[in-house]
Amino acid sequence: MANYHCDLGRQRHRFDDLKAVMACASPRRSGDELAGIAADSDERRVAARMVLADLPLKSFLNEALVAYETDEVTRLIIDSHDAAAFRPVAHMTVGQFRDWLLSYEADTATLAALAPGLTPEMVAAVSKLMRNHDLVCVAAKCSVVTRFRTTVGLPGRLSSRLQPNHPTDDPTGIAASTLDGLLYGIGDAVIGINPATDNVPACIALLEMLDAVRTRFDIPVQSCVLAHVTTTIQAIERGAPVDLVFQSIAGTEKANRGFGVTLSLLAEAQEAARALKRGTIGDNVMYFETGQGSALSADAHFGVDQQTVETRAYAVARAFDPLLVNTVVGFIGPEYLFDAKQITRAGLEDHMCAKLLGVPMGCDVCYTNHAEADQDDMDVLMTMLATAGVNFLIAVPGADDVMLNYQSLSYHDVLGLRHLLKRPPAPEFEAWLDKAGWLDEQRRLPPWPDRSLVVSALLGSAA
Amino acid sequence: MPGSKDNPKDNLKDPWARFRSATRARIALGRSGDALPTKALLEFQLAHARARDAVHSAVDIDRLAADLAPLETIRVHSAAPDRPTYLRRPDLGRKLAADNAARLPAGEWDILFVVADGLSAAAVQVNAAPLVHACVARLGHLRIGPVVLAEQARVALGDEVAAALGARLVVLLVGERPGLSAAESLGAYLTWDPKPGRADSERNCISNIHADGLSIATAADKLCWLATEAARRKLTGVALKEDAPSLNGPDNQNNNQNNGRIGHDQ
Repeated sequence: MANYHCDLGRQRHRFDDLKAVMACASPRRSGDELAGIAADSDERRVAARMVLADLPLKSFLNEALVAYETDEVTRLIIDSHDAAAFRPVAHMTVGQFRDWLLSYEADTATLAALAPGLTPEMVAAVSKLMRNHDLVCVAAKCSVVTRFRTTVGLPGRLSSRLQPNHPTDDPTGIAASTLDGLLYGIGDAVIGINPATDNVPACIALLEMLDAVRTRFDIPVQSCVLAHVTTTIQAIERGAPVDLVFQSIAGTEKANRGFGVTLSLLAEAQEAARALKRGTIGDNVMYFETGQGSALSADAHFGVDQQTVETRAYAVARAFDPLLVNTVVGFIGPEYLFDAKQITRAGLEDHMCAKLLGVPMGCDVCYTNHAEADQDDMDVLMTMLATAGVNFLIAVPGADDVMLNYQSLSYHDVLGLRHLLKRPPAPEFEAWLDKAGWLDEQRRLPPWPDRSLVVSALLGSAA
Repeated sequence: MPGSKDNPKDNLKDPWARFRSATRARIALGRSGDALPTKALLEFQLAHARARDAVHSAVDIDRLAADLAPLETIRVHSAAPDRPTYLRRPDLGRKLAADNAARLPAGEWDILFVVADGLSAAAVQVNAAPLVHACVARLGHLRIGPVVLAEQARVALGDEVAAALGARLVVLLVGERPGLSAAESLGAYLTWDPKPGRADSERNCISNIHADGLSIATAADKLCWLATEAARRKLTGVALKEDAPSLNGPDNQNNNQNNGRIGHDQ
C-alpha cells in the first residue's frame, strides 16, 4: 500500500493509491459520486490536491492507473511517451508544473515541443490544481493546427461545425439547416450530420448530398456523416465521397470495445480515408468525439475518475492525427455532470488537457433538459472557450437539435462570438465568404434580407 | 415596409417556405444584430420551460390508474426516493424500493405492461393509457398481467418487476428525455424472459411515440408485431431487429440508436 497522505490539523487524510488521490482531488462531480470514488468532504478534496501538488510528475510513468498488461490505451500511452520531449519538466512536481505552465517561459513553441512528452494522467493531474481561469490561460497559449480543405486552429480564429441533424435524415430538411448555417458563416471546421439511421446506403446518400452542396457552391469545407467507423469504411469501399472518418472514443480499451472499436480498427479507417486523397491542403482525416462519463457508463472506468479517463481518450485521438476532436461535454447527462457549474468546469478541463497533449480540441457547448443548466450558462462557457482559443464550436439552428433532443449553440452564438472577439473563420472559408460578397466593409457577416441576392442565390439554386 | 413578413404577397415569395415544411429545426429565425430576435428568444425559453416542467413534474398516478380501468393496476416505487436522487443515481432507478417486491404476487403471464415515469411525466400522462388499451385490444388472446405503475423508474426496473410477477415478456413504457420540440414522447422497451441483469442489446425499442411522432395506433401495431415475434422466436434484442425491415421506416428512426453520439442511460 502506497503511503499517500496529508496531515491537516488533527486529521490525517490517507489515500490508498494514486487513483484515489486523483479521484479525491477532482472538483465535486456527480459521475465520481455515482462511481463511489469522490472525496466525501471538501477538506478531503483539498487534502488530495495537496498530496497531488507534491507528487513528482514522473510518478505517472511508474504507476499506471489502468493496467498496462490488459489495456491497449495504457500501452499506447506508455510506449509512445517521448522521454526527450519530457526532459524539460521531468524534475517537477505536479504543483511546480502548474506554476511553470502559467509562467511566461511556457510559451506556444515550448508547449508544442513538450506535448509528446506529456501523458494524459500528468495533464489531468495538473488540471485538478487549476482554477477555471488557469485552464483558459494555459489553453490560450497552446496552438494545434490541422488541415484538410480548411486550416483549423490558427491563432486568432474561431471555426465551427455546422450540425444540420434531422429526425428522419430528410434531405430537404438537412439542406434547410445547412443553407441557413452557411448564411451565418458556419461550417468551416466541418458540416457534420449525426445520422438517424446508421446503415451504409443511408450514410452514402447523405455523403453524396453534402458533397453536391459543397461542389455546387465551391465551398472550401469538409463534410462528415457521423456513422460508426465500420459503416464509414464500407462506404469508402463502395466509392462514397468520404472526407472525414468519425468515431466516438473513450479512455480505456474496454470502453472503446463498448463503442465497437479498437486501435487497429481506427488505424484501418485512417488509412482508408487517406488513400482517397480528398484533402486539398492536408491529410488530417479523422474526427473524434469524447465526453466525461462515457467510461463509467460502459462500466469500464476501473475506479479512475471520469476526468482522468476522459483525458486518456485524447491519447487515443492524437495517435491518429485528427482534423477535429470535440468533447460533447453537457450531452451525457446530469448523472455525470449535474449542473452548469460542473459542465462549465468540465468543458474547460477537457479543452486545456487536450490542447496540452497536442490534440485539436473543439467543444459541443451543450446541455440536456434534465440537467440544471440553460442558455445563459452556455453563454459563459462559449465565451470562455473562445477566449481560450478553442479550435471549433458546434452550432445548430436556434440552438435546438431536433434529432438528438438537446440544446447546443445557435448559429447566432458563434457568429456573435466571432464579431465580438474578432476571431474570423478559417482563412480559406473567410476568403470564400469575401469572394461571394457576403462580408461588409468591417469584414463582418451582416444579416442578409430574404430577398437579397445573397439569399436567393443560395436558396434558389439548391433545388 | 418592403419585405415585411406581414405582407401576404411577400409570404408567397418566402424563400424558406419549402424548407420550413421539411424540418422542425429553428431555421431562418432572423437576427437582431448577431443575436436572436425577441420573438424567437421567448419561443425558445417557452419550449425549454415546458421540457423542464415535463422532467420535474410528477405523474398523477390516481388519474393514470383511472385511465387504465378496467385493467387492474399495481403501484411500485424505485429505490430512488425523489427526483433529485433519480437524476443523479440511475442505478437506484433500476431497482425496486426495499419493501415493494411484496406487492407483486407471482403468477404466469404471457405479457406484462409496466409504465415508468422516466424523464417525462407529461408523456406518460398523455400517451401511456391509450397505448396500453390499444395493445390489449390487439392481444386479447394472451394472458396479460396487471399493469404496474412505477415511480422514479428507469427501463431496467421492468426486469425485476416482471421476474417477480412471472411474465415471459415485459413491455416497459417510459417517458423519454424531452427535447424542445417533443416534451411528451413515450418510449416502449420489450424484453423477453426478463430478469435483473438484462443488457440493453437484449431489448427492442420503439421510440418517439407522441402526437407529432409515431401515432398510438402505429406504435401499437409495431409493438404487438414485436411481441408476437418475440414469443414465437423466444427472444428480443438485436437478433429480432434484423428480421424486421418494416420497422426501419422513417417514422421509427430511434429504433437504431447508434447515431454517432455517446449514449444516455435510459
